Formats: sequence, structure tokens, C-alpha cells
Amino acid sequence: MADAISVRGLVKQYGPVTAVAGIDFSVAEGTVFSFLGPNGAGKTTTTEILEGLRRASSGEVRVLGLDPWTDGRELHRRIGVIPQDFRFFDKITPKESIEYYRALFHTQVDPTALLAQVELSDKANARYDTLSGGQKQKLGLALALTNVPEICFLDEPTTGLDPHARRAIWEVIRRLKREGRTVFLTTHYLEEAELLADRVAIIHHGQIIASGTPQEIIRAHGRPARMRVDGPPSIAEYLRSHLGLPVDASDGRVEVDLARKEDALRVLEALQASGLPWSSFATEQDTLEDVFVRLVGRMDDGAIKSEAAP
Amino acid sequence: MNPRHVAADFRVVARSYLRNSAALFFSLFFPIILILLFGAIFSNAGSTTVSVEVLNEDHNSPASQAFLAALSNTSIVSVHLVNVSTVDPAGFAAWLGQNGYAVGLVVPLGFQANYTNHTPVNLTLYTNPENPSAAGAAEGAVQGVANAFNLRAANGSAIVGLGPGATVGSQIYTYIDFLIPGLIGFTILTSPMFSMVDITNSYRKDGIFRELSLTPLTRAEWLTSRVIWYVLLSFVTAGIMIVTGVALYGAHVLLTAGLIPYLVVGPFLFVSLGMLAGSIAKTPESAAIIGNIITFPMMFLSGTFFPVSSFPTWLQPVAEVLPLYYVIDGMNQVMLFSNASRAAFDLAVVLVIAVAIFLLAIRFFRWRDE
Repeated sequence: MADAISVRGLVKQYGPVTAVAGIDFSVAEGTVFSFLGPNGAGKTTTTEILEGLRRASSGEVRVLGLDPWTDGRELHRRIGVIPQDFRFFDKITPKESIEYYRALFHTQVDPTALLAQVELSDKANARYDTLSGGQKQKLGLALALTNVPEICFLDEPTTGLDPHARRAIWEVIRRLKREGRTVFLTTHYLEEAELLADRVAIIHHGQIIASGTPQEIIRAHGRPARMRVDGPPSIAEYLRSHLGLPVDASDGRVEVDLARKEDALRVLEALQASGLPWSSFATEQDTLEDVFVRLVGRMDDGAIKSEAAP
Repeated sequence: MNPRHVAADFRVVARSYLRNSAALFFSLFFPIILILLFGAIFSNAGSTTVSVEVLNEDHNSPASQAFLAALSNTSIVSVHLVNVSTVDPAGFAAWLGQNGYAVGLVVPLGFQANYTNHTPVNLTLYTNPENPSAAGAAEGAVQGVANAFNLRAANGSAIVGLGPGATVGSQIYTYIDFLIPGLIGFTILTSPMFSMVDITNSYRKDGIFRELSLTPLTRAEWLTSRVIWYVLLSFVTAGIMIVTGVALYGAHVLLTAGLIPYLVVGPFLFVSLGMLAGSIAKTPESAAIIGNIITFPMMFLSGTFFPVSSFPTWLQPVAEVLPLYYVIDGMNQVMLFSNASRAAFDLAVVLVIAVAIFLLAIRFFRWRDE
């Protein structure tokens, strides 16, 4: 599959400050790519360079085969963008806004259908300044889709939204993917990325510190799976001496690291054999969020430089 | 420049404006209030006119008599002739003070001879500093009439036309006549300037320019739709002001097609200037300051509320560097004096400035950052 976006050695400097310190990644056509990172990591700068809103200091950037800065006008006809904190004309309604974009882009989309798609039909004729935060974001999304874009750039599209509005936007993203369009999603919500993204890259201090599918990242950077058992501390003693697995006991809980999935069975058999009283068990695995917090935290402690992966 | 883009953007501008009650108030009712206010202050005929004691040393000349008749016709002042044989010209100031008169005017001997020869002739106006409003009104009236006389002379009208029996009164302009072109100029300046400075900044801050930069709309198209809107608005406000001025204060204005170019080029100039001011500013605060620095001198010194000819002579050259001066002067020429050549010159000045500012605004105005 061809790359919708490819970035090689991208650097962006603001005076003496390096916002993006030489990153490489690519996004395959028709996939959802999620770009993650703490505030100030270089997410928005990178996104704006891809959108042709900022000029790269060095490196090669191709979006749909175009240089975003020099071929901006051509590119903007083929991409849709919903910026972080989308704002629009106060006194204009969603329907009028879409008609406006439709005239600018010379497309034939039906405003009513587009508003239904983003679940904003009931506010089609309400002025922008009367819309809620979620409704404004939905309008931003509808406008980003007015030109039937090949790539959608969604910059924190669900920040500050209630769960219902967030789900509505997720649904639109899934539909875009089904339609074979490429989605470039930046978000603060790790579960959102885990849920929607085919591939993820984590940027921190201007460098990509992890990339791959969410599962690959969790496997590479997460802690092993664990089994948690509720019961007396004597269980910990018993398991440690009988299994040879790392066991951690604290707060009335016992945690056993599972190196392989067969270890789960061994723990349960040992528990049964011990005759000790235990009430319940559960297995736990790191989420993308756990991995993200750990990676970013460790890098801030200065320990992760060697792990930085392209 | 794609007309479809301009039309689409124009619809957004018009809807935004018409749905904004504050903007509507300032563009439609504020002009009426201005005319009512200034008209009421300065056009009060009769009881509150300023008395002027006039010593006419050239009392036998038709020119001086025509001048005083014209002065009387302004209805800003009432002229009282002082008997030349009873008052010594050298002691005129003292005589005014002794008798409690606030304003006196001396028309010198040889007024007509000088006027006929196009030689500068100076009237002497005595005013009492303790009564500045009377002094100001009298000075304005005398200057206004002098201006009309000077224009006549410059037009090459024969002095004979000023002789006794000539209908001088119909040629004389009252304050309200000057006020209408002045206040039309005032709104042509203020409504686009304030709104463009504000919009240029808030759209940048809110990321709306960033949004628009991702569409095929160009900066020139964006600016053009706003120019069109403010041109339409200037026609509406000019109409409102003319109707109010004529209906309430009997203003004498000529409604000619010559007014139209000013109502087009004026807004074109100030929409561009507002956007330029908003674009070169880095913050909303500095934008407001830059906007005010540009706007306020023009608001008061371009002949908006008072004819520039009534300004102190040292201030008049200042007015002549302000673009609005040429808009208002041009409108005065077409609406009052029918002076086509000077109107054309004013229009040319405005047009050149407007095109230059438009190009500068497009150059400095950025959708996106480096």
C-alpha cells in the first residue's frame, strides 16, 4: 500500500528552540495513524507542517506526494483539517458554514446529509455562538469533510467532550477508515488511540520514542502480564517458593508476573494445591496509557535515550 | 480572483453583520444620532445666534456688504453694524469691552479693491477669551463665508456677481451643509477601520484565518468581499444622513452621481487600512493602539465636524496629509460647490492611496506563519 504521508529527518526550530528534532515516520493509505505525546512534545508543530501551515526547517515531508509548504493550495483541496480548539464565525449556522465551504471547494456535498453524519442535524440552523463545545467540534469535523478529503487531520478532536459526543466522533473516524480514507489523529486520550489507530507513534521532546501497532508498543515497552490474587500474605510465600516466579505482595494483594501464558495455569494449580484461603483472581496487562506514562516519565528522568526507536 | 468565492464570503460577512446588533446600531443609528446631535448644537437658528459687532470701514463697497449679508445668512451669527463715525477703529477693542460685547469684526478699508484684485485681505476678529463658544462660532462662520468667497474668486466668477441685488444668500453654506459630507466621511472611516482592526486580530487569535488558509479562498478574495460590504454600507449610511440632515435641518446638498466614486473608493481605502493596521500588530492590544493612532487624528482633523478652512492656519497642512481629508473635501466639492476639477483631483489622491494600501495590506496580511 502506498504511503499517504512520509516524513524523513524532519526538523523544526523556532530560533534556538528545537521543537522537532529529526523524526521519520510514514502513514499508509487508508489507515488510522495516531500521533501521541505530552503537551509541548512537538505534536502540533509536526501536524501543522504536514498541513502546510508551517515550514519545516529541514527534512523531507510528502503528503499525497506533495510538498505541503510549496504545494499548499493543491494539498488543501485534498485534505481535511479539524484543528485543536476549532473556532468559526459566531453568527453563522452549521448549515451556512457547510454551504460556504462547499462554494469555496466547488464540491456538491449535501449539508443536511453531512450534518446527519456528524449527528448535528438538530443544530443545523443554530448560530455558532449558541453551540456547545461538542457541537462546535462536530461542526469542525463536518467542515473538514466538506471537500471529501483523502486524508483527515484531526488534532485532539475529542478534547473536553462528553462521552456521547466523543463516541459520535469515533464513529465518524471508523466510517472514514471503512471508506478507505487516511486519518491522522493526534489525541491526549490513549484509550482513543488504542481503540481507533492501526499504528501509533509517540513523540516526546521532538523525538519519536516508540512506534508501531498499539499491541507492538505494549509488548515492547510494557511490563509483563500479571495475575493478581486476593488473599493472605502467606500465599505470596507459598507461590514464591513453589513456582520460581517474581511475586509481589502488598495491600492485601498478591501479584505474580507471568512470563508466558502457561504460567497463569501454574499459578492457579499452585493456589489450589496450597489449601490457603483466597477469594478471587484477575489477570492484568499494561494498556497503551500505562506504557505511555512510563516511557514519557522515564525519558524525563533521562533514562530512556538509548531506547529511542525510529 | 474567483467571483464565486467572493460571493460565498460576502454572504458570511453580510450575515455576520446583520445578525450583530451592536454593529447594526453603530452603522445605522449612530449616523442619525451624530447628525441630530451636531445639527442641534450648531444649527440653532435665532435665539442662540452669536452677536457680532461689525465695523465696516469699507462700508460703501458692494463686496463688503455682500460679505456681511452672507455672514448674516449663515444664521450662526447675527450681524450688528456699528456706526463708523461714532467708534474710533483704534479703540474698537476697548469699546467692545466697555459695552460688554463678546465678538467684534473689522472689515478693512479697501476690502473690495483687494478682493477684486485677488490680493489677500485680512479681516480682524475680536473675541473674548472668556467666551470661547461665541468666539469659535463666530470664527467658524467668518471662515466659512470667507472660504465660499475665496472659492468664488478662484472659480473666476466675476466680482460683479457679488454686487447688490445678487442672490448671495443661496450660495452660502451653513454648518449643517458642511456637516453632512463631514459625517459621511466620518462613518466611511470609522466603521471599516474599527471593525477590520478588530476582526483581523480576533480571527487570527481564534484560528479562523488558519481555517480559511486551508480552503481555496485567497487573501485578496477575503478582502474584496469586505470592501464590497462596506461600500454597500456606506451608501446606506450616506443615504440615512442626507435624508436626516435635509429633513430636519434643511441642509443644502447636491445629490449628484459625483458622490458615488467617494462612497466606493473611501471604504476600499479604509477597509484596506484597517486590515493593514491589524496585520502589522502582533497583539490585540497593540492593534487597538495602532488603529486608534491612525483613526483619531483623521476623525477630528479631516473636516469631519468642522471645515478644515476654519482650522488655525498651522493646523491646515496637517489635515492635508490625512487621506480622509481628500474623501471629505471631494464630497464637499461635489455636494456643495460643484467644483468638478478639484473633486477629480481629490478622487485621484484617494484612489492612489487606496490602491497602495490595499497592496500593502495583502502583502503584510498572512494566513499562516513560517
